[in-house]
Parts: sequence; structure tokens; C-alpha cells
Amino acid sequence: MNDADESAAAIARAYREEWPRIVATLIAATGDWDVAEDATADAFEKAAARWRTEGVPRTPGAWLTTVARNRALDVLRRRGVESAKVREWMAMDEAMGGPPTDPAELAAAAADWDDRLRLVFTCAHPALPLEGRVALTLRTVGGLDTAEIARAFLVPESTMAQRLVRAKRKIRNAGIPYRVPSAEELPERLLGVLAVLMLVHNEGYLASSGDRLLRLDLQEEAIRLTRLVVELLPDAPEPRALLALLLLQHARSPARVDATGDLVPLDEQDRSRWNAAELAEGLAVVDALEREPHAAAGPYRLQAEIQAVHARAATAADTDWRAIVRCYDRLREIQPVPVVELNRAVALGLAGEVGAALDELGRLEASGRLGDYHLLPAAQADLLRRAGRFDAAAARYRDAIGLAPTGPERRFLERRLAELESLAIE
Amino acid sequence: MRYMMFVATDPEAEPFVPEDDTIGEWVAEVEARGVHVLGDRLRPVEDATLVRVRSGELLVTDGPFTESKEWIGGFDILECRDLDEAIEIASKHPMARFGRIELRPFWPLDANEDPVEREEREAGDRGRRTEPAPEPAGGR
Repeated sequence: MNDADESAAAIARAYREEWPRIVATLIAATGDWDVAEDATADAFEKAAARWRTEGVPRTPGAWLTTVARNRALDVLRRRGVESAKVREWMAMDEAMGGPPTDPAELAAAAADWDDRLRLVFTCAHPALPLEGRVALTLRTVGGLDTAEIARAFLVPESTMAQRLVRAKRKIRNAGIPYRVPSAEELPERLLGVLAVLMLVHNEGYLASSGDRLLRLDLQEEAIRLTRLVVELLPDAPEPRALLALLLLQHARSPARVDATGDLVPLDEQDRSRWNAAELAEGLAVVDALEREPHAAAGPYRLQAEIQAVHARAATAADTDWRAIVRCYDRLREIQPVPVVELNRAVALGLAGEVGAALDELGRLEASGRLGDYHLLPAAQADLLRRAGRFDAAAARYRDAIGLAPTGPERRFLERRLAELESLAIE
Repeated sequence: MRYMMFVATDPEAEPFVPEDDTIGEWVAEVEARGVHVLGDRLRPVEDATLVRVRSGELLVTDGPFTESKEWIGGFDILECRDLDEAIEIASKHPMARFGRIELRPFWPLDANEDPVEREEREAGDRGRRTEPAPEPAGGR
């Protein structure tokens, strides 16, 4: 590896590992999110220029922190801002005869400089609009730039920039604290953090099945950020459960779409194309969680267990649908939402109880709780098709097609309908 | 930080049960904690008076004429460490159950500042909540 390659690799690695740590530290010190982000970005730019010629420093994190801190201090000093921490830094620099240039000086202090958990919780504060929480988490914790995030969410860059500005402004103006919630608040606020990560993943899931080419894999970003939360809160079971859930779903990505960009349903996927490393890691986490005595499984744990059942089945026919129904039974107790009812009914049908499943879907439809959700008639159509009731199935496919958004999902439903219609002609 | 807590009615909240009205305990707690600056309930809208000056002419009427089912029934001014403390206090107010509560941070005003300069300085802080409409993409 030559020096240029080596320095580029070191920067890429440092970016993933050090970005949130440095931003979090600078926010804690300055109280200014923009200064913290700009100074950190500036430090990485300087690293890109200097590591190439001067070589990679022995402690890249300390080098970057020093440069970012000096930059932030410079900006704040010019603005005449004086927080307690900034005053302390200035006094320190004065006593040392100038800002530190030797990273070793800061490396000593860097060990207890972990404000990343505060950053994670503040970015996901429930008083921020949901899309602001998602954008801020990707930008500030994930270190992605505004243009990348905007492209991933299919919005103009100016819209995404404005979302970020508003979120940061509300943090400042509404007095949203920069701290880890109290023990009392923590479980609920942690679920809020995980919900944001799940949303990032879901957006990536849609994108990977949608008609869009992306440079950024949001599913991978969600996995990366969930790993960070696991690292920061190693004893909490739900972040680990979310990690397993995301890994097990992401493992199937290579098989979810065929060469022409069409969706391949789970039972028709080529399982040899599933990512073996991600499956193994996800299953290991689920196994470990199952061995630990937790009071009660949370929603992510149950969803991870459902994905684990799929992951363990060598073929679609081997799927233990009874086990999946049992997971949905428990999930329904803690999350009595109609989508869980829908999925439970589908699992029940695939476990062999087609009549009971269709009855449940009929009740769900009559309740109107799912509104015009296309997956309800799509689920009915699929069960009717499997039961050989082709005319009824075709009618439900037509309903689903009418409600489905354009794109791969609708094309999938149209393909199924065409298959049934060709059967009817024969 | 100082917050205004608007205490409002909400037709979708639980019906009011006088026996469960814990306002006395709430007031005692916030006073004891030293976070309560001022607070009271407000007479209903029928007793409100609307004052306007239009083209230099004073108009005093009965009002406001809103048909709204949600109206402000009281307020409290809180002095809190941060939003989380304000949320915690608001969540214990009985009207969080029987109505709803809106927390608004104070925005201290320097009455001696030149209003034109203030407007220029703060224009960005009064952002509209609407975003430009997303592009009509067919992706989703």
C-alpha cells in the first residue's frame, strides 16, 4: 500500500470511528452544534491534505480532536463567545504559550471524552419533528453530509439543509438538553432512538427495492449506527435485538431483487445468495439474547426472533410458521397495531390455517383500521391464490394494484395477477 | 430557561373527572421545587374582549369568534433547567390527561433594541414550519 492509499484508508477509518466522538465532545464544550460540525469537518479536510505528505499520525483520533478543537476555539474567540469550557480552554492555551500542537497532550484527556451517548439521545429527542431526528442522527452522529442524506431521502438538498437547521435551532431555542436521560426516562427514550434507526433502515429497504440508484446504503448506515448504540449501552437488550433484526434483514438484500430490478418474494428467493456473515452474526445475537434472563422480550427482540426463524430455515418450505405466529402473538400484546395483526394473519395462513387467516383479515378489513393499505388485499390475494381460489384471488390482486404505489411492489402484484389470468384462460 | 405552559382543553382527551383533579398537589410540588413563577386559570372565552385598531380606529368587541373546541383555560410560567424538566412537570399536570399542554420557551426581548435591526437579526428564527413540497418523484 502506498502512502496516499494508506492515508486515505486511515482517514476513512478515522471518519467512521472518530467523527461522532469529536462532534460530541465539541458540542459539549462549546454548546454550538454548527461550530462543532464545521470544526470537525475542517479537521478531516486538513487530515486529508497533511497525512498524505506527512504520514498518518500515531494517534489519528487525538490529532483530529486537537485540530478540530483549535479550529472551534478560533471561531468562537473571533465571535467573542465565552462558555465556561471555552474560557477554560483559552486559559489552558495561555498557560501553555499557545494552542497545543502535540496531540499527545490531548490524547491523555481523550479517554474520558465520550459524549457520544448524549449526542445520540439529543438527536432523537421526541420534541424534534421525526424527519428532523432522522436527518440530525445521520448528519451529526453518522457524519454523512447533507447532500448525501438529501439524495437518499429523495428531497432537494436545500430541503434537507433546512430540516437540519430547524432541528438544531429548536435544540437551542427550546432548551432541549444535551445529556443522557435519567434512569427513569431512559427506557422510553432509548426506544425513541431505536425507532429513528429503524426508520433509517426502512427508508434504505424501500430504496433498495425502489426504482432508484443510490450511492448511500441507508440500511448499512442504520446497522453502523445501531452498532454504536450497542457499544455505548452494552447491557441494554433492545439495541442488540435491533442490530440482529437489521442484520438478518440486510442479509437477504442480495436475493430480494432479480436482475431486472423486480422484487423476489421471500419464498422464491435463492437462499444461497443471502449474506452468510450477516446471518451468522444476527443469529448469534438472537441466540445470546435468548439465553439471557430478561424480564420480558421487547418489540425488537420479537421481530428479530421472527427474522431468525426465516434465517434458520434451509428452504422456504422448512419455515417454522407456528413459531412465527407465537412471536406475533407476543408482539401483539405489546404493540397492538393493525400491521402486526396483518402479519400475524399471514403467518397463520402460511402455517396451514388459511380459513382462520382469511377470517382474521376479513375482520381487519371490516374494522377499517388499515385504511387503504395495499398490503391487506395483497395478503388476502396471496392466501386465496395458495388455497386455489383463483377468481377471488385475482379480484383482490386488482384491489391491491389499485392501492399500491407505483414501482416494484406494484409490478410484483401485476405479475401475480397476470399469472392467475393466464391460468384462467388455459 | 423560562417556559410558558398553556393549559388547553382537547376534545380527544379523557373526560374531566373532578375527583381526579390533582391540581392542588401539582401546585404544591412546583412551588416546593421552586420552578413556578406564576400561574392561574382564565375565564372562558365568553368573557373575553377583543381589542383592535384598524385604520386608526379602535374596535372593541366581544370575542374571539372562534368555533374552536380547543381553548386555553389557564397558564403557568415555569423556570426550569431545560426542556426535559419542563416536560416532566407538564406531564404531571392534571390537564395533561384531561386536556393538553403546550410548552413555549420564552424569547427574551430587549425593548431598547432598534426594531428594524432586531427584525433583520431574527428573521431566520421565525422560520415557517412548512417545507418546500417534495419533488413529485415516482420513487415511493
